[in-house]
Amino acid sequence: MEKTAAETNHAAPVAEQAGMPGLHKAIFAVLLAFLVVLPFLVYPVFAMKVMCFALFAAAFNLLLGFGGLLSFGHAAYFGGASYVAAHAAKVWGLTPELAVLCGTAAAAVLGLAIGALAIRRQGIYFAMVTLAFAQMVYFFSLQVPFTGGEDGIQSVPRGDLFGLIPLEDNVALYFFVLAVTFGGILFLYRIVHSPFGQVLKAIRENEPRAISLGYNVNRYKLMVFVLSATFAGLAGALKSQVFQLSSLTDVHWAMSGEVVLMTLLGGMGTIFGPLVGAAIIVTMQNYLATFGAWVTIIQGVIFVIGVLLFREGIVGVISRWIKRPL
Amino acid sequence: MLNKLALGTALGALAASGALAQDITVKLGVLNDRSGIYADLSGEGSAVATRMAVEDFGAADKGMSVEVISADHQNKPDVGSNIARQWYDVDGVNAIVDVPTSSVALAVADITAEANGVLLDSGAGSTSLTREQCQPTTVHWTYDTAALANGTGGAVTNAGGKKWFFLTADYAFGHSLEENTMAVVKANGGEVVGNVRHPFPSQDFSSFLLQAQGSGADVIGLANAGGDTVNAIKQASEFGITQAGQSLAALLMFVTDVHSLGAETAQGLNLTEAFYWDQNDATREWSARFEEQMGAKPTMVHAGAYSATMAYLAAVEALGSAEDGRAIVAKMREMEIDDPLFGKVKVRADGRAIHDMYLFEVKTPAESEGEWDLYKQISSISGEDAFLPMLDECDFSKM
Repeated sequence: MEKTAAETNHAAPVAEQAGMPGLHKAIFAVLLAFLVVLPFLVYPVFAMKVMCFALFAAAFNLLLGFGGLLSFGHAAYFGGASYVAAHAAKVWGLTPELAVLCGTAAAAVLGLAIGALAIRRQGIYFAMVTLAFAQMVYFFSLQVPFTGGEDGIQSVPRGDLFGLIPLEDNVALYFFVLAVTFGGILFLYRIVHSPFGQVLKAIRENEPRAISLGYNVNRYKLMVFVLSATFAGLAGALKSQVFQLSSLTDVHWAMSGEVVLMTLLGGMGTIFGPLVGAAIIVTMQNYLATFGAWVTIIQGVIFVIGVLLFREGIVGVISRWIKRPL
Repeated sequence: MLNKLALGTALGALAASGALAQDITVKLGVLNDRSGIYADLSGEGSAVATRMAVEDFGAADKGMSVEVISADHQNKPDVGSNIARQWYDVDGVNAIVDVPTSSVALAVADITAEANGVLLDSGAGSTSLTREQCQPTTVHWTYDTAALANGTGGAVTNAGGKKWFFLTADYAFGHSLEENTMAVVKANGGEVVGNVRHPFPSQDFSSFLLQAQGSGADVIGLANAGGDTVNAIKQASEFGITQAGQSLAALLMFVTDVHSLGAETAQGLNLTEAFYWDQNDATREWSARFEEQMGAKPTMVHAGAYSATMAYLAAVEALGSAEDGRAIVAKMREMEIDDPLFGKVKVRADGRAIHDMYLFEVKTPAESEGEWDLYKQISSISGEDAFLPMLDECDFSKM
């Protein structure tokens, strides 16, 4: 125990001096290389979907894994941003990058409003408050005319990136999505490994001690909440551009549950875990679609096995084996 | 020598023409809900019906090789659109069949137009498919909410149910169903005495039903769907609403819903469908074959998947290719379709299939002679009266 503490203490200054540790650099490089060739191996739209969910799960993991806050309402930011981005692209005729920014900004504002209230409570109450707000957003999406009710916003044009590069082609769009999600995940990585991230971990481990050290805990919590909501929104906004639609599925509570599942399966509190979890769940939904009702059953069985056998998630277990944080 | 040569040429020609016909390969993808709330009314049954259509059409004898695949869209538009794109771009699917859930159907309709495939929609109810979001590659076969509203609203009002009270699911679908039906009721000399909006989805309808009971209406219109309708009918039966003289009219309901409720609970209910298994010899014969494979009678969605596929295959045969979706749908519009299940069908220039709709009343347990003997036909509504008129901007015959 003491040894691990010493190791962590030792690892942190090294990480700060040298930026990203070599192992992480290598993993990111391999990941990027893999993602560059991926659209030529699998269907690009499927690959884009995986990336959107990977970013969503990574954003969620920032809050749960590093902030220690279990939100059960992240679908609100994901779906809310997806609606705003779809509306911006279709009705206002904005270019894709501006539409995505609109959606992301909307999610940030929504996150600020909900977060300011939710962080006043802890544990299960925090989860219930976020769920309650997410249900309100769902109801709002069902009722207001601009979301199209249960039909959703359909046939969102893909438009031209910066008004110049047409994104009609799946591969062109793929590289746009790749750039945004990869950038987003690197940004999240930077947040986690910044002094801000260290304070977050301190709050997660022992909140009273962090308070006694003079940190304004609520401000940190609110900041991480808004950041998480913003990146969840970025993922949702991208998804609306990929699928050219936005629908109630994205704001439904089941989406909030799905992202929890992805994060836990992949490995909560690890950088790469949510990406792995998202890839597994989305791949299952996609390739097992022909099995019909069995998809949810298989998903459930995998989740149960995950909880029973590797509670730290897939990447968490690997990280324990190689004794290096991932 | 000459004879032999002639024979050889003739044989060669025969072989060539055989090979030519064999060149028509068609791949049909049945995309629907196989695990959720629509799994009974569409689901595997639609895939079975589509395969039956391929067999009955005699595709193999006509030298066409037709493959049917299926997938579950889980009622999620992103899952559905992902599968549809992949089917068209990678797997070489020519047409997508069924697609219930309007949000998924609308997404698939757009992708189909982009890929120049064909969408043979049977399961979705949204009128947008052939109106606001019409596409030259969409054929909307079985029903839509306007036809159901017209059928039930008009026929019930004409049959003497003049005063209506609406129990409406509080979201866009419920509102539009209510609005459509109200207009029809008023146009037929009826009167709307009140309405109440219930949250979606809802478990407890008691207060709403008491309002409906106290309103003095002859008919309580249920402008909701699925579990809400089933719950409302169950609770209405517990309150003895139909026994007390008010009748219930379900605006979107399928024979599988009625079957699960049973004649005891659902008796006296009015509803509109495009197909019922016990209508004539042809429907009975087909439904018996369907039941052998599925263990249940077909819904109108299953029948629609069958009939739409038959018409589609006929158009493909006539054109000799399944590649050009726009041309196939144009051909389907030209054809005189006399379908064993739907009778005379005309595919209109906007892709809406026009056929008769039927108003049914659920039998009482005393009248019902078996678990599937559920409906008696009250009247039939001609296709021209049932479906909304075509919008000019959706007239693809001019384009």
